Amino acid sequence: MRIALFITCFNDMMFPRTGRAVTELLERLGHTVEFPQGQTCCGQMHFNTGYRPETLPMVRRFAEVFAGYDAVVTPSGSCAGMVRDHHRVVAAELGDSALTEAVERVVPTVYELSELLVDVLDVTDVGAHFPHRVTYHPTCHSLRMLRVGDRPLRLLRAVQGIDLVELPAAESCCGFGGTFALKNADVSNAMLADKMRHVLDTGAEYLCAGDNSCLTHIGGGLSRLRTGVGTMHLAEILASTEGNVR
Amino acid sequence: MSGADNVVWLGTPPFPEAARAALADTRLRANLRRATGTIRDRRLAVTAELDDWEDLRDTAAAVKRRTLRHLDRHLLRLEETVTAAGGTVHWAADAAEANAIVTRLVQATGESEIVKVKSMTTQEIGLNEALAEAGIRAYETDLAELIVQLDGDRPSHILVPAIHRGRSEIREIFRRQMGKWGRPAPEGLTDDPRDLAEAARLHLREKFLRAKVAVSGANFAAADTGTVVVVESEGNGRMCLTLPETLITVMGIEKVLPSFADLDVFLRLLPRSSTGERMNPYTSLWTGVTEGDGPQDFHLVLLDNGRTATLADEVGRQALSCIRCSACLNVCPVYERTGGHAYGSVYPGPIGAVLTPQLVGVENAASLPFASTLCGACYDACPVKIDIPEVLVHLRAKAVEAKRRDRLLPTPEAFAMKAAGVVLSSPRRLAAVQRLAALGARLVARDGWIGVLPGPFARWSGTRDTPAPARESLRAWWRRTREAGRTTTEGKGR
Ligand code: SF4
Repeated sequence: MRIALFITCFNDMMFPRTGRAVTELLERLGHTVEFPQGQTCCGQMHFNTGYRPETLPMVRRFAEVFAGYDAVVTPSGSCAGMVRDHHRVVAAELGDSALTEAVERVVPTVYELSELLVDVLDVTDVGAHFPHRVTYHPTCHSLRMLRVGDRPLRLLRAVQGIDLVELPAAESCCGFGGTFALKNADVSNAMLADKMRHVLDTGAEYLCAGDNSCLTHIGGGLSRLRTGVGTMHLAEILASTEGNVR
Repeated sequence: MSGADNVVWLGTPPFPEAARAALADTRLRANLRRATGTIRDRRLAVTAELDDWEDLRDTAAAVKRRTLRHLDRHLLRLEETVTAAGGTVHWAADAAEANAIVTRLVQATGESEIVKVKSMTTQEIGLNEALAEAGIRAYETDLAELIVQLDGDRPSHILVPAIHRGRSEIREIFRRQMGKWGRPAPEGLTDDPRDLAEAARLHLREKFLRAKVAVSGANFAAADTGTVVVVESEGNGRMCLTLPETLITVMGIEKVLPSFADLDVFLRLLPRSSTGERMNPYTSLWTGVTEGDGPQDFHLVLLDNGRTATLADEVGRQALSCIRCSACLNVCPVYERTGGHAYGSVYPGPIGAVLTPQLVGVENAASLPFASTLCGACYDACPVKIDIPEVLVHLRAKAVEAKRRDRLLPTPEAFAMKAAGVVLSSPRRLAAVQRLAALGARLVARDGWIGVLPGPFARWSGTRDTPAPARESLRAWWRRTREAGRTTTEGKGR
């Protein structure tokens, strides 16, 4: 399958290792991965903060750059949710009918990583090996916008050597929320404190999630408190193998 | 007094500031966590019992949306049927009009005190204050509402207005204040819930037996029969709705349902969503007046107060479907930590964040649509499937637009967003910024993490480290390792 990688602007700059992991993983499974160099951003930050006209060029670009692939994969639940739920809203409100059509064509090909693996490629055991104690945080957008359900957990359970432990109050929001963490920093901190307490309660070495933005927020807190607990994107755990443990 | 003054409490700071104060109150946080946690678990248990829960939600949502599309028709029908049953219907465009109508009606009875059934709508219009100005004393009879009234406080929750108070605080309030409002608290009052309830019962009984006029809100009204419905759990409502001679009901125009048969689905959804009970203890229905039974004079005040304007907004109007069950408050991680006062509005929590700005104009409550992480828990909990996150981002866009219109110079945020937009709409510019950031990070980061940040990021970096941008972006890595000699997708690079 010819799969385009939408890395997202944030991962591109901050977590290229997640993009490399997705690439390795999909190639290991026998697929062709391409990285369209014209890609930039899904526009989520602008859209969610109320800057809709600023979102339009990004929506336009996305529909153009990612047209014509068998599938587009992104290692971010919230960016996948943005594309799926909101690109057509922006196109309808501010764009033209050609854009709306282009968006309608591309949206059904866009998948978050766990969806692509389980639903499209039909694999749950990706042949990964990761001998560590891990707990999984189902980020809000994966959970409630995309409804990925237990797909990430099924993938993780099939990883060799992993000690997967349940996160208490897993479904409660970590308090990131994009610009919310800046605009309502105090509430965000209070939510983060509870999430960190729950992570520490599990005794896990790594907190795993399908979105690096939530992981940056929780991981930044865990780092400040010098807890020694690391964060790792789902893609990186799935890309790990016996010979190449991350 | 205008409507906006009451829906939004004057002098309340914007949400982030009010939230900061609330967060500092550890007792408040403990009370809230305990209370919302309990109701949340109960709700999950009783909704899981029903196989057709999701169908019920769909049906209710459909009925509400359909009703809103033809609201004028249903309201005129309601006026007809209520009048035919011997009631009188009044139309109020705003809070001032509604208050004037109620005041006039009470004055006509010659009474100077009334009993009240808990009602969000009368809080929205500031009825108690307006009556007080006219020399009429309004007594709240719902237990939690009584606690709030005795303490001169404001409600913090739609359903449990005193959710922010613990037992010992309530005991203190009763001991200190009850005497000033009527029968004092019994000697030696303890903070045992049964003891507290008994004290309230004795205090309130006097008022029920004396009152000639009652004011209520309404949960629903059926247009085809003219039947008005109040749902409550303490029986105080039943007393107010049956004992007095005159009953005045103030109802938001969105509460109408086309037919009596529609009540079925809502009376099943409401108690499970709000208190986590299978059935609520008291459901009172009345249709006009009945000779020799109950109030002999019934008035229905139909309140607009910003609702027609809300109806005109195709995305925002879904907020008018709300049945005030408060499920969204109880699952909201932001509400759980701040409580209701931080919202500075009669309607707190997620529904407040979408309803309040629409009722008063988004520029008058501009911080509320941002008081959410958009985690979506409220949407999942809402029995009438209001897509609260959708309305939140819709209102955020309106808030930003309003700011753009009102200012000559863009706000720093608008400026930053604009700049980010310029960078993010071009891969070439984005790549250049990535290179610069990676370079800058190398100067300040330690072991891949950055500590304290400047400006708007300072509050973020107070509790979190920030990872440094990578030395090489994925884009650059790809070009270096994969694209040597290949140009398949370069054309789109611009
Ligand atoms: S918005 Fe929905 S969940 Fe919230 S109070 Fe209204 S009906 Fe209940």
